[in-house]
Amino acid sequence: MSTTVLPTYDDAVARYEPVIGLETHVELGTNTKMFCGCPTEFGAEPNTQTCPVCLGLPGALPVANRAGIEATIRIGLALNCDIAEWCRMARKNYFYPDMPKNFQTSQYDEPLCVDGYVDVDVDGETFRIEIERVHLEEDTGKSLHVGGATGRIHGATESLVDYNRAGIPLVEIVTKPVTGLGARAPEVARAYVTELRDIIRSLDVSDVRMEQGSLRCDVNTSLNKPGEEWGTRTEAKNVNSLRSVERAVRSEIIRQSGILDAGGSILQETRHFQEDTGDTRPGRSKETATDYRYFPEPDLVPIAPDPAWVAELKAALPEKPSVKRARLREEWGISEVDMQSVANAGAVELIEETIAAGASPAGARKWWMGELARRANETGVELAAVGASPAQVAQLQALVDEGKINDKLARQVLEGVVAGEGDPAQVMSARGLEVVSDTGALQAAVDEAIAANPDVAAKIRDGKVAAAGALVGAVMKTTRGQADAKTVRELILARLS
Amino acid sequence: MAAISREEVAHLARLSRLAVTDEELDRFAGQLDVILQSVARIGDVAADDIPPTSHSVPLTNVYRDDVVQPSLKQEDVLAGAPDAAEGRFRVPRILDEEE
Amino acid sequence: MSDVTKMTAVQIAGLIASGEASAVEVATAHLDRIAAVDERVHAFLHVDREGALAAAAEVDAKRSRGEELGPLAGVPVAVKDVIATRGVPTTAASKILEGWKPPYDATIVERLRAAGTVSLGKTNMDEFAMGSSTEYSAYGPTNNPWDLGRIPGGSGGGSAASLAAYEAPLAIGTDTGGSIRQPGAVTGTVGAKPTYGGTSRYGLIAFSSSLDTPGPCARTVEDAALLHAAIAGHDPRDSTSIPQPVPDVVAAARRGATGDLTGVKLGLVKEFSGEGAEAGVTAAFRESVEALVKLGAEVVEISCPHFEYALPAYYLIAPSEASSNLARFDSVRYGLRVGDDGNRSLEEVMSLTREAGFGPEVKRRIILGTYALSSGYYDAYYGQAQKVRTLITRDFTKAFEQVDVLISPTTPFVAFPFGSRTSDPYQMYLADLYTIPTNLYGGPAISVPCGLSEGLPVGLQVMAPTMADDRMYRVAAALESAVGTFTPPEL
Repeated sequence: MSTTVLPTYDDAVARYEPVIGLETHVELGTNTKMFCGCPTEFGAEPNTQTCPVCLGLPGALPVANRAGIEATIRIGLALNCDIAEWCRMARKNYFYPDMPKNFQTSQYDEPLCVDGYVDVDVDGETFRIEIERVHLEEDTGKSLHVGGATGRIHGATESLVDYNRAGIPLVEIVTKPVTGLGARAPEVARAYVTELRDIIRSLDVSDVRMEQGSLRCDVNTSLNKPGEEWGTRTEAKNVNSLRSVERAVRSEIIRQSGILDAGGSILQETRHFQEDTGDTRPGRSKETATDYRYFPEPDLVPIAPDPAWVAELKAALPEKPSVKRARLREEWGISEVDMQSVANAGAVELIEETIAAGASPAGARKWWMGELARRANETGVELAAVGASPAQVAQLQALVDEGKINDKLARQVLEGVVAGEGDPAQVMSARGLEVVSDTGALQAAVDEAIAANPDVAAKIRDGKVAAAGALVGAVMKTTRGQADAKTVRELILARLS
Repeated sequence: MAAISREEVAHLARLSRLAVTDEELDRFAGQLDVILQSVARIGDVAADDIPPTSHSVPLTNVYRDDVVQPSLKQEDVLAGAPDAAEGRFRVPRILDEEE
Repeated sequence: MSDVTKMTAVQIAGLIASGEASAVEVATAHLDRIAAVDERVHAFLHVDREGALAAAAEVDAKRSRGEELGPLAGVPVAVKDVIATRGVPTTAASKILEGWKPPYDATIVERLRAAGTVSLGKTNMDEFAMGSSTEYSAYGPTNNPWDLGRIPGGSGGGSAASLAAYEAPLAIGTDTGGSIRQPGAVTGTVGAKPTYGGTSRYGLIAFSSSLDTPGPCARTVEDAALLHAAIAGHDPRDSTSIPQPVPDVVAAARRGATGDLTGVKLGLVKEFSGEGAEAGVTAAFRESVEALVKLGAEVVEISCPHFEYALPAYYLIAPSEASSNLARFDSVRYGLRVGDDGNRSLEEVMSLTREAGFGPEVKRRIILGTYALSSGYYDAYYGQAQKVRTLITRDFTKAFEQVDVLISPTTPFVAFPFGSRTSDPYQMYLADLYTIPTNLYGGPAISVPCGLSEGLPVGLQVMAPTMADDRMYRVAAALESAVGTFTPPEL
């Protein structure tokens, strides 16, 4: 355990300037793996999505997936990168049981995309994060560690390996070191990963879900005194949420500052972020520095994207999420904070499509950010997979606007839609949730309520119109909520005037 | 002077996951020294401005379509495994945390 | 019917097509021959009697149904054990793969089947194709049918010896630095290395990916051409496979067999004529050149100044790629596992397995390759070797502006006695001195018997430009028509 007394964050950033760097891995959502035709679906039985190629069987050879190359180039273009005219895949050699060939097919000194940038906004201030490279590589398999106390590698007596994930395309996005952020470093790091996620999501090349591992982030942090050379950096792995990105940088700044304050020096190492405590712990140190012995992959031929194709891909890029958000914020007439929560919820496109299907901006946003967001949260699914389509939400709102259902009934209709009972109109009639608009039936209910509450009726007759609420409530109760409250109120006032 | 030392050979063997014996180390160090002395002649060729050849075929952009092909059956995948359990390859405990 | 095992593939196919012999009879005759002589030759690591008879019966059934048969239907073939065969043991002559049965077929194996050939089994070789004598096979060497005390060449000594011992009329080899041609030369048989990318590597257990080339072995040039045509052509499963039609090698071989080389210009590689080769090899080669001139060919001397650096470049590039290719043999997914006693870590078990499973030459090359790729040495060794590769390619390109093909002896020496070159690995490497440049360039080359030296066969090598495989077949067939074929003593 460290005996260093930790400074406060404010003290740390007052004395030291942080330099951060982020390496982000994005698992592409291609139908098949990068170098073979095996499917990439998550959650299959172990070793059922494998073949001679992705198992690294002797004699098997890779053939690159065009969709993987295209997605990498599109990501590069969306991050304002230059696309290489000619580059090669390389073998990164090291032994690990997750890796079927004991080398990873990756890229070394010839990445597919270089020199880009991403602008991120934090509280109205814009920071430019420069991208050093975007390259393509293959994912590893997964090991289950058995016999240890916690399912972790340490203390396990054996491991069980599944290669279903081995060979799924991964895109690695590496920033240049980011300086001059001062106390804002943790927030900017988070904003960068958020923006990156939104950009990649807009390209529809990955589902970019940190909690499922399709977006993974390693955070490098170092500190130096103003005017001095950069300090030694550490790399935090296992950073599995946007919030953790921010916490990891913040805790590293505090930890390193404590060591430097005490006259110590920072060890260049890989550390593991701890979700529960919010700080990082050292990984096991490696026996020797690894020499990956990179060399050009002889089994794959060079990649030389046709400039015309690249230009075509560039022209077809979707609107940048930041530009789109600004436009939609204006169109929808909402605040920046509200827009941010819409974006964070992954609801931008859903709301947009709902509006396109005829709903008002307020109506569309109300359902997606309210009832549906709550359900998605509760059931742990993406909003887009919650069970209602934008068209259905638009129809739901239309039924409300037409007065056929009220908000309370609409929630019940939505429940039926999500349960797969059909479109809102179908659910409404099937469940008999339509507002009672038969005035004869309503009039009877109103008369019944007046008769049952003579005191209230007397007050209304005396001009205390506000008392009508109690009678409206009574009518709603007898009609089990299926009446239009406004109509009921009018009927009551007409009868007692 | 030897082109390669016994210690270097021992390091390379470790890097290559070969538990070589002392006797082998002695023998390999001597033999590799002879081989390296012979191949070191390659440095005599003036080739500073010559592009390297990694592939002898002048092909680029060889891709396949993103279409699913049948995978192997799990039983066939595991048939050749030295040890397997729960549909997975069983291996002894892993020391490193190399990634 | 005379002894089918002494016949060429063309003759055998003719008998089967005409109904004079059944494919099962042909297969049985060869299996019997293997049973009779292979104890002494040891060309085979695995004989697939059942599979061969089943495949032969299928050809006979096809014929009886009146279906059209290909030019090699029913002809037996032996397959080097470095090629993956589904359900049939494939070991690359290594202990580390003992008993491994691949769950898939190499593309070449699929094409052999589609051509109706009958696979007899898997042939012996130097472990992972590293060697020039089969002495590095983990299962014991193959003996040269010309003199059982001598090496049959390597790495594909088993394939070449199976032909010379009349156990098979056709065989598949792989050539990384000469592993088809040098065994061909020292066994008096024909071995062709096609253009790199002309034959699929899918299913070929990789030694050096940028050099490995599967190809045909036979007792005659025409047979080799027929086998070449059957296995060659674009394969979408191999990214380095050339998407172009295969040159008509069979027509070229038949044209060459007419014995007319008028208008053909041969380049004599200056650096490979004379020095370094045994006197008997040089003599047989010179006589063959005279024979080629008599057939109408024009011969000029061509200098290829960088060929002398081919051997060093090869012994940096091939081991480097091998060190990476052979990393997958780690005791996890297939093959051997040693030392898993419940206490040892995976790392220890991996190292013990690789130590026990690989032979000395494989270990030497893995260590050499690991060294050449290390960060501090990459530029001086691997990087420099790849630049030299470019210069060697330029030598070839320049030469082929002046001549149609290049010729040289295939190997500097005839079959040597067992044990004479194993103590000094570099002496063994010299066996491939003349064959290696072609692999670095990627072009095709063929070895054809051209004479005897002290009763042992000598081969002549014909090297052609990439995707001009037909040229070498024409010249080789012409030479064959002039000097004839060579028959080893009865076993």
